[in-house]
Amino acid sequence: MADRISLKIDAVEVTVPEGATILEAALSAGIDIPHLCYDPQLGLPPTSSCRLCVVQIEGTPGLVASCSHPATSGIVVHTDTEEIRQTRRMVIELLLSDHPHDCLTCEKSGDCDLQKYAYELAVKEPEHVGEAVRPEPIQDGPAIIYDRSKCILCGRCVEVCHNVEVTGAIDFLGRGFDTHIGLPPGLPRDQSVCTECGNCIDVCPTGALSFAGAEGAGRVWELERTVTICPYCGVGCQIVLQTRNNRLVKITGAPGLGVNHGRLCVKGHFGFDFINHPERLTQPLIRRNGELTPATWEEALDFAAERLAQVKADFGPDAIGGLSSAKCTNEENYVMQRFMRAAVGTNNIDHCARLCHASTVAGLARAFGSGAMTNSIEDFEKADAIFVIGSNTTECHPVIGAAIKRAAVQREVPLIVADPRAIELTEFATVHLCQKHGTDVALINGLIHVILQEGLEDKEFIAARTEDFEQLQAAVAPYTPEFAEKITGVPAEDIIRAARLYAKAPAASIVFAMGITQHTTGTDNVLALANLAMVTGNVGKPGAGVNPLRGQNNVQGACDLGALSNVYPGYQKVDDEQARANFEAAWGVLLPANVGLTVVEMINAAAEGDLKALYIIGENPMLSDPDLSHVEEGLRNLELLIVQDIFLTETAQLADVVLPATGFAEKDGTFTNTERRVQRVRQALPPPGEARLDWEITCDLARRLGYEMSYPDVAAIQDEIAQLTPIYGGITYERLEQGSLQWPCPDSTHPGTPFLHKDQFTRGRGKFHPVQFIPAQELPDDDYPFVLSTGRILQHFHTGTMSRRTKVLDELVPVGAIEIHPDDAQELGVGDGQPVKVISRRGEIEIAARVTDRVVPGTVFLAFHYREAPANRLTIAALDPVAKIPEFKVCAVKIGPAD
Amino acid sequence: MCFSRSRSASVTYQVQECFGYLPPPALKEISQRTNIRLSRVYGVVTFYAQFYTEPRGRHTIRVCRGTACHVKGAGRVLDAACRELGITEGETTPDLMFCLETVACLGTCFLAPVMMIDNQYFGRLTPQRVQSILRDYQTKQ
Repeated sequence: MADRISLKIDAVEVTVPEGATILEAALSAGIDIPHLCYDPQLGLPPTSSCRLCVVQIEGTPGLVASCSHPATSGIVVHTDTEEIRQTRRMVIELLLSDHPHDCLTCEKSGDCDLQKYAYELAVKEPEHVGEAVRPEPIQDGPAIIYDRSKCILCGRCVEVCHNVEVTGAIDFLGRGFDTHIGLPPGLPRDQSVCTECGNCIDVCPTGALSFAGAEGAGRVWELERTVTICPYCGVGCQIVLQTRNNRLVKITGAPGLGVNHGRLCVKGHFGFDFINHPERLTQPLIRRNGELTPATWEEALDFAAERLAQVKADFGPDAIGGLSSAKCTNEENYVMQRFMRAAVGTNNIDHCARLCHASTVAGLARAFGSGAMTNSIEDFEKADAIFVIGSNTTECHPVIGAAIKRAAVQREVPLIVADPRAIELTEFATVHLCQKHGTDVALINGLIHVILQEGLEDKEFIAARTEDFEQLQAAVAPYTPEFAEKITGVPAEDIIRAARLYAKAPAASIVFAMGITQHTTGTDNVLALANLAMVTGNVGKPGAGVNPLRGQNNVQGACDLGALSNVYPGYQKVDDEQARANFEAAWGVLLPANVGLTVVEMINAAAEGDLKALYIIGENPMLSDPDLSHVEEGLRNLELLIVQDIFLTETAQLADVVLPATGFAEKDGTFTNTERRVQRVRQALPPPGEARLDWEITCDLARRLGYEMSYPDVAAIQDEIAQLTPIYGGITYERLEQGSLQWPCPDSTHPGTPFLHKDQFTRGRGKFHPVQFIPAQELPDDDYPFVLSTGRILQHFHTGTMSRRTKVLDELVPVGAIEIHPDDAQELGVGDGQPVKVISRRGEIEIAARVTDRVVPGTVFLAFHYREAPANRLTIAALDPVAKIPEFKVCAVKIGPAD
Repeated sequence: MCFSRSRSASVTYQVQECFGYLPPPALKEISQRTNIRLSRVYGVVTFYAQFYTEPRGRHTIRVCRGTACHVKGAGRVLDAACRELGITEGETTPDLMFCLETVACLGTCFLAPVMMIDNQYFGRLTPQRVQSILRDYQTKQ
């Protein structure tokens, strides 16, 4: 703990830690000193350029800039004397001499620091009138407008771009009067490194940077603000919805707010047009004579319930399946799984977590006893080394990606990136392990082999906290760096170097995502990572851990609340009699004891005719699941398909009844982010047309099936969750209003858990699992010579239902492309942008080629967002035997000329 | 990855020594080789008057417009140079042979009116001498 010092500011005694600046001391005491270039929320050193924050220190000649002047013990500071005001007035007058006085029509009016300080300092007509430079505003992309005439060159945008986002797209250009902020000249924004995250707009103190989409849509006093959670990835950024007349005008961060500290990515900032989109479903639809036609809620719910009851009567409850939604709230997921288990009477309930992190949940539960991210997002600021494997973090979890880049650049933390592609993080990596697809177990075993060989393991931790270490030793013994090199293609010396960097760090963090999990060996991959962390003692302490990054805004919550075929809320097993008895007592019915079907198993059962009815909430298996032809066959074979969604998705188009639901901005509830943090979601807009809340629709269906289930509001649902779910036991809406909570939070006084397995693992001792390398199910051969890997890109999300209905994101990346290495492209005679046909044993698509050395020869990469070129028509539905996750990351394809 | 302004200046200057100016591909290469963001490289390049992003002539002519030279007829010297090269102040000849600039003072007032070509001084100029000096340079090539 740093020493604390006391000083006097405007007659107030202020005590701050040594090293604080005078401005920080003043702000901590509630004394506001005007400042323009310094933004305390950025957490960066001051640039001290605006000179507005000058103060007087008694006994010191002249004025000093309080943003950079250290607070020292015993000094007496004045922040508001006439001399200081004169100086500040001069600063503002000089700025206004070259600034348009168009506050009447400026977007920023009312929210502008320059305007505020001019008012506070009573600056009237500017004293200094010179030749004014009035260049036209520049809009060189779909989102960001730069109006140079309003730019005061404070540099906040440059600071946030270089030192917070670690992107470095813009800088000061030119000199003197010509100075302005810009991208490298001559480079269009979309070809620069700019990700259009828009954080420059949020930090701009004037109207120089603004969002094109909000032009003329209202100013600060006309907009209502609602703090809620971003509906895209699992980071769980807090966002501010700014609405007017029931329309979403813009989304911003708020200074310092949430796990993202007010920073957002391009999707969070600009990806919201879908909410007010004209294609939103506004009334129920029933299929009549082959056509989906409008119906009343009574008709639609009666239709759905009668048909469900019929299927149940004819074929039993296990002929019905339910897919819940990782986009919906915790309460909605809880209600949905209760509906399936109690009202229908089956454990056939699952959701898309099966397609992303089922292997994580299975693997980490076996090794540690809990399947969640062990540590917190904040911990990346504490890690001494970071090992990223199978996660394209800067595109798929951009706010965490920026934290990892900051660690690598600003704290010079060793960064090990293992990825078959040259992703953005590899630019920042100390060592890049470019392993062949599906060879992760061999790579990780190789790392552990080196660690044991060189005596870098944490013997004390292994002895005190783990079991079955001998089995691990035996398992990794053959994986010498040379042997691992043979399998993975990673040079032995890189494996040795990476092992040393990871093992020698006092706290090393492992970050992983779909690159690890979406394999037939997904569970083995996760177990191998758990082995690596335990062997070096990197579990149960800050800055370390095994950290799966969850893909959807509430995929963690949907798992936590039991939207899985084998567990009730809180991961209580359906085949555990005690757990079942608890839920039977609470829900007042007998519950099935057999584990239900998973996502892909339900599709298979539908195709074989064993599953007759499917109730899908907010999922789009017609784009998201592997081997789409097979999915379509299964869905068409159903007697009843009920789809509850906000759009008529590819899946909803096949439905017998479509129920219009509400989007994230139209409801109250909670989401749980990737670090187990339960956060409040708040309603900002009314639902469109007749659309209704998901949990209310599900409750109405339950009642029609003769099972009474009703709640006055979402808080009541959470109360029931808390009673039945020990890890959520202490979470109430009252507490969440005070701030978010990380589970496990067992009782009402528990503060939540930033990192798991502190003194002991959830299962007692951490268990080493010996795992061996097994090749991917479908490897390239003479007929299908390329390895296809699928994934996401920064600008779009999953099946594009939301992101592709958003102007900014769609303009940034309107069409998909398949990444092909230049050598392969040359051999195939394909140029950049030319269409190709990609064929697997299951289907074919046509798509443009993107020739890039991001991929290695012999491999291609395809995002799965595009309905016109669905990657999953090609993928294989081969499953991990434990977690039942499909192998989205490896299948064999051939590439030929387009028709 | 590096975000330092100070590191980029010296390497950029050396690259300019090679090419005479800084073509965009060279700046991109500097950024990639040094891991300094391209925006930062451009920030430095556009700040200093010594960096050029447009092609330069092989020879740089600097006509002095200081007080002494002005009195002694710097205006006529500049006119003569413009006439001879067919360009105006600040421009480069299409054959990329000469750049014509003016400067505030070359510090050699005793030679007024004066101009420099590259590192060589020419003093006590008349329009006729300007013409013959420039023609010498042109024929020398």
